[in-house]
Amino acid sequence: MLDRLASPRTGGLAALALIVLLLPLALRNNYMYEVAILVGLNAIVCIGLNLLIGYAGQISLGHAGFFGLGAYVPAILAARYGWPSAAAVAASTFGVAVLAYLVGRPILRLRGHYLAMATLGMGIIISIVIATEDRLTGGPDGMQVPPLALAGFVLSGEKSWYWVVGALLVVAVWLAQNLVDSPHGRALRALHTSEVAAEVSGIDSAGHKVRVFVISAVYAALAGSLAAYYAGFITPAKVTFFHSIELVTMVVFGGMASTFGAVVGAAVLTTLPQALTSFKEYEMVAFGAVMMATMIFMPKGLVPTLAARIAARSAPR
Amino acid sequence: MSLMRVEGLTKEFGGVRAIEDLDFSIPAGGAFSIIGPNGAGKTTLLNLLTGIYVPTRGRVLMEGADLTGCAPHEYAARGIARTFQNLQLFFNMSALENVMVGRHLRERCGLAAALLRFPARARAERAARAEAAEWMSYVGLADHVNAKADAMPYGSLKRLEVARALATRPRLLLLDEPAAGLNPTETREIEALIAKLASAGITVVLVEHNMRLVMGVSEHILVLDYGRRLAEGTAHEVRSDPRVIEAYLGRNSAYAG
Amino acid sequence: MSAQFLQFLLAGLTVGAIYALVALGFSIIYNASHVINFAQGEFVMIGGMATVSLAGAGLPLPAAIASAVLLSAAIGLALQKFAIEPARGAPVVALIIITIGASILLRGVAALVWGKNIHALKAFSGEAPIQIAGATLVPQSLWVIGVALAVVALLGWFFRRTLLGKALLATSHNRLAAQLAGISVRHVLLASFGLSGALGAVAGVLVAPITFTSWDIGVMLGLKGFAAAVLGGIGSGPGAVLGGLALGIAEAMSAGYVSSAYKDAIAFVIILAVLVFLPSGLLGARGAERV
Repeated sequence: MLDRLASPRTGGLAALALIVLLLPLALRNNYMYEVAILVGLNAIVCIGLNLLIGYAGQISLGHAGFFGLGAYVPAILAARYGWPSAAAVAASTFGVAVLAYLVGRPILRLRGHYLAMATLGMGIIISIVIATEDRLTGGPDGMQVPPLALAGFVLSGEKSWYWVVGALLVVAVWLAQNLVDSPHGRALRALHTSEVAAEVSGIDSAGHKVRVFVISAVYAALAGSLAAYYAGFITPAKVTFFHSIELVTMVVFGGMASTFGAVVGAAVLTTLPQALTSFKEYEMVAFGAVMMATMIFMPKGLVPTLAARIAARSAPR
Repeated sequence: MSLMRVEGLTKEFGGVRAIEDLDFSIPAGGAFSIIGPNGAGKTTLLNLLTGIYVPTRGRVLMEGADLTGCAPHEYAARGIARTFQNLQLFFNMSALENVMVGRHLRERCGLAAALLRFPARARAERAARAEAAEWMSYVGLADHVNAKADAMPYGSLKRLEVARALATRPRLLLLDEPAAGLNPTETREIEALIAKLASAGITVVLVEHNMRLVMGVSEHILVLDYGRRLAEGTAHEVRSDPRVIEAYLGRNSAYAG
Repeated sequence: MSAQFLQFLLAGLTVGAIYALVALGFSIIYNASHVINFAQGEFVMIGGMATVSLAGAGLPLPAAIASAVLLSAAIGLALQKFAIEPARGAPVVALIIITIGASILLRGVAALVWGKNIHALKAFSGEAPIQIAGATLVPQSLWVIGVALAVVALLGWFFRRTLLGKALLATSHNRLAAQLAGISVRHVLLASFGLSGALGAVAGVLVAPITFTSWDIGVMLGLKGFAAAVLGGIGSGPGAVLGGLALGIAEAMSAGYVSSAYKDAIAFVIILAVLVFLPSGLLGARGAERV
């Protein structure tokens, strides 16, 4: 019985770790490493976002804001005030957590489209502030980010970054899985289905919603910090409403209430535009068409639909 | 000795007064029923007694403590549990997990412990599963321990909700039409379950239309009509109260007299 | 009332009228199908861009406008028929993603067909500014406010007096009951998308002479229209109009008195504040969950 519990999650985690370990065999140049790193960073954001959207049943159309703060705050602290990397990232992550808590408490009392609007507004306000305060942030042209240095050791080069992001991705999945399998995770899934029943069972649904909102914000901010240090440069393009929508699409596309679905969604929708650049002007058309087709034919998302098909095939007749 | 007391309870929705100036006490131990015609406000009352609705006026007291205006999960923490007329189960989880949710109040699980999977967690999860399985056996669902909630028959689902409510270890259990949609055999099983709960020291409050069940288990009955108290007393007293007969059971009903 | 205040107010009413029209489009579709159509902004874009290119090709302005509105309505119908209807039972989030995909697709097609340049549409009755009590107004603003008023009145008549309009209303209140009364929900959905397409296009044509038009103006306009619809209470027609005007005026006032760079941010701060205190928007339904 214990093995049965352990195997789908540790099996999946082991598979992911294996993929991370073996993928470099298929990555032939720096560009492909770059795409892989981007996939990893998007996946980290999506894992956190999936906890909020897929498990807790809430919505956020503003998570690019948290990603952006995670990118810009350490950049500003490091570039303009000379803060060391670790301190800058720690301060930024803590700051985002506090902001997510303060903003989350009032707006998570909202539901459905109203919550969507509130998170949308929050994300847009953050992106406008970043784009407008150009003395601090460099405005629409962006700013340089000094390299990431930990204990004197500077992280540079595609391969090193790949291993760091890959390892963090596995950790991110592990943490999320642990949360889902805990009473916290059950509380989230419960309040997703019936908030009333969850409440009368003793679950403080408002508290849990805020907690998972903060956790998802922290995931996004950390990914943002890594993205900024990796690229050495950030612009407000990654803080836009459009990027928030991209993130939500990755989560829904991969499959909600599925941590691995979030990873798959991030992987497909990050690599797809890269694969479509050969289409040049048709890239947007193709991307939009793919998004629509997938949701029409696989509305539950990629991973749950495939899992259901596999389960149906292997079911006893 | 009253477990729960309601004073001057009133609930208005816009212009509609669903519950008007109710005063009553629920004594500890035994079964207490609330009956009344459709629209009398029974489910509204249950929602008020569990914090789902906030009263417009009046107070709800549990063992002397004023719970008026508290959130539903605070009511649950005080030992008040309930089931729902139209089943509010978590169909995205297994039957066992549904009952485990009921244990939430008793789980001491910090966020760090959950995220980092401290060793004590595995033991706690095993204990939680074992206890949930016990509750399922208690209500007669031992066969369904490994089932998914969305694959169970209706009668079993009603009992699953009771198991979930019991996992919160309530002092007071409010059942909203537990016999609705059940055949006579299943209804007798519910009756036996209620008797078992009452003898285990849990005060059971029943909202029901099935008069046989109500008259069979209740020591005390409250009759509502248009949100007001119409009558109160033992099964015999209520059954022979002419006002009750007229309003609810019908003038020429077999229960008259 | 100072001239400056009046100036800002008129500017706010003008842009607010546009937001109101876009918000109405959102509300009509939401009411019929509970879907938020993120491609709504693209209808606005198509209205403006199609008119520009048809007028540029020699069509007289009224014909160009009519054709653009019809085109947009047709695209709305196509969106419902080929994208939303096949995904009928899907969760709402999936439907929202479909409309987002449609929005990207339409923008991509627009960039291919019309290029990425900004285009100007000639103002309907000239550019000579009008003076009202010290405030300056371009004639196009009067067109915007006037036509918007006419459209809202027309919609009111449509919903209250025509059979199709009443069918749309009935479906939005209770789909099952409407079906049982013989209303074809499929036709209602098609009508709502077509109508919203037309509304968006009208807004796009009206505003094109003032703000110019390009392949991606739909994004921000769609967003603001959505914000206005939610602000007023999603699904409420009067709420959409109220929300649109409120948003437009708030934006113009903050641009004028506070900071033009932050005008968009201030608008969203106001929306957030309203939602925190009125969780269902200004005129939205305040419901209690029945258990």
